[in-house]
Amino acid sequence: MKYQSQAVAKPYFIAAIGLFVGQIVFGLIMGLQYVVGDFLFPAIPFNVARMVHTNLLIVWLLFGFMGAAYYLIPEESERELYSPKLAMLMFWIFLIAGALTILGYLFVPYAKLAEMTGNDLLATMGREFLEQPLPTKVGIVIVALAMLFNLSMTVLRGRKTAINLVMLLGLWGLAIFFLFSFYNPANLVKDKFYWWWVVHLWVEGVWELIMGAMLAFVLIKVTGVDREVIEKWLYVIIAMALITGLIGMGHHYYWIGTPSYWQWWGSVFSALEPIPFFMMTLFAFNMVNRRRREHPNKAAVLWALGTGVMAFLGAGVWGFLHTLAPVNFYTHGSQITAAHGHMAFYGAYVMVVITMISYTMPLMRGRAANSKTAQVVEMWSFWLMTVAMVFITLFLTAAGVLQIWLQRIAAEPMGFMAAQDQVALFYWMREISGLVFFVGLVLYITSFFIKGKEAPAG
Amino acid sequence: MSSAFTKSAARNIFYGGSVFFFLLLVGLTYDTMHTLPKHDNSANLTESVKRGKHIWETRNCIGCHTLLGEGAYFAPELGNVYIRRGPDFIKAWIKAQPTGAPGRRQMPNFNLSEEQLDDLVSFLKYASEINTSKWPPNIEG
Repeated sequence: MKYQSQAVAKPYFIAAIGLFVGQIVFGLIMGLQYVVGDFLFPAIPFNVARMVHTNLLIVWLLFGFMGAAYYLIPEESERELYSPKLAMLMFWIFLIAGALTILGYLFVPYAKLAEMTGNDLLATMGREFLEQPLPTKVGIVIVALAMLFNLSMTVLRGRKTAINLVMLLGLWGLAIFFLFSFYNPANLVKDKFYWWWVVHLWVEGVWELIMGAMLAFVLIKVTGVDREVIEKWLYVIIAMALITGLIGMGHHYYWIGTPSYWQWWGSVFSALEPIPFFMMTLFAFNMVNRRRREHPNKAAVLWALGTGVMAFLGAGVWGFLHTLAPVNFYTHGSQITAAHGHMAFYGAYVMVVITMISYTMPLMRGRAANSKTAQVVEMWSFWLMTVAMVFITLFLTAAGVLQIWLQRIAAEPMGFMAAQDQVALFYWMREISGLVFFVGLVLYITSFFIKGKEAPAG
Repeated sequence: MSSAFTKSAARNIFYGGSVFFFLLLVGLTYDTMHTLPKHDNSANLTESVKRGKHIWETRNCIGCHTLLGEGAYFAPELGNVYIRRGPDFIKAWIKAQPTGAPGRRQMPNFNLSEEQLDDLVSFLKYASEINTSKWPPNIEG
């Protein structure tokens, strides 16, 4: 760690991992509710568990991105963070707001929560992933703006590199597109249309910039490959991400009351969306193969390679699987979407945040890398979580194909619940894979507490 | 990548490409907003429908159901439920929850008044009349 202020990243990462655990616990609850329908009812109905599961994911990834930004921007800018105090203040505000929101979901009926938090003044709640009460949404904007001010001041006064500019651009985009969450017209089609300006333009747009910058930063550090080469890759990857992803948003506009020309725009451009992800795979492997040093942190290198591969599989391949309009006509709103969502989020965003944590945490704890033993445990956690996620995805895909066949294609189509009963076996297998994932997560956390002979600080 | 292709060329493709395709997106959005009234059933967007949407949102229906295919996949698609089940069935069903059948998926009871139920039904009727390019493939959603 070159600058003292980079250490503000540490609480962000710790909070991220803590919320990650919560996310998985609620994922396991939902997974069980899929087969044991009345599990924990009425204490935690499925919709509440799902809200907690997805919102925790979003919040912990945001913690991860922010932590990553506070770490890499000072280092790239070659100066201390503009205001570490502001960064810490924002950490506490975000953590408390996040915790209160989750507690609100769990302990206050949603309609009551909406009433209490001013949803009648400006209705923004009750839309998938944007369920947060108004004060939380405003809080997210404040925290994001304070962070952007802090980081922008740091970059303005320091060295400007492709990595810190792309990271900053991604974070600005994140904040700007989130503003669409405040727009909720009564017209359902318009509501859905602009809802995607948050959701799609985040995960298939500006988040890819953030991901690319984080991956490029770690690859420079662990491989020692020339910055010029890495930054050139970064620009090409994010260029492809936005060139394909912006109009690729059309793949969400097939069946929601929008003009049918979106079937063409969406199919053609989103079919190209795997390209930037495939380039990320090539990028990670190429840079590691051309490495000029053997970095002692093998675990971080493994996560970097892993995110390249899994992002391509989850976002690229599983996205392509159902992105063409004639295919999507049958798959839309089925378990196929759930399968894709799981592997894409894990492969692209979970793994890149863990890559960053894996690389920076030892440095913030005063060593170049963790002990061999700790790294071996961390690598076991990598394989357990990653393989478990592959199986979760495969089982959900199987469930989805069967569901579509039974409910939408068969000569005598079944009703929704009848079809669900038929695919229960795959939901059970998904739940077992989820438990394996959880074991991997426990091992991951354990790895932080394993001592042993450590590589000295570099 | 070859050295003839420089970092600044890559950067220019990024900025140029992003700006171009963002403007294209804005253009398509502009056109969509203009042609939307032909598809979006906004002619039938009554006060009752608006109140119904508010109930739909504040009961977090999307946390279990899909609406025009978007949402959670735990419970049936409701974009066409008005056609599949009709208004009376929908109201009776909501009032009868939870079924309490052991091991079965449960829907909470939201204690909606008769007016609220009517508003919710108008919202679902309005949703079922949006032109969705013939999705879903059949009545089962």
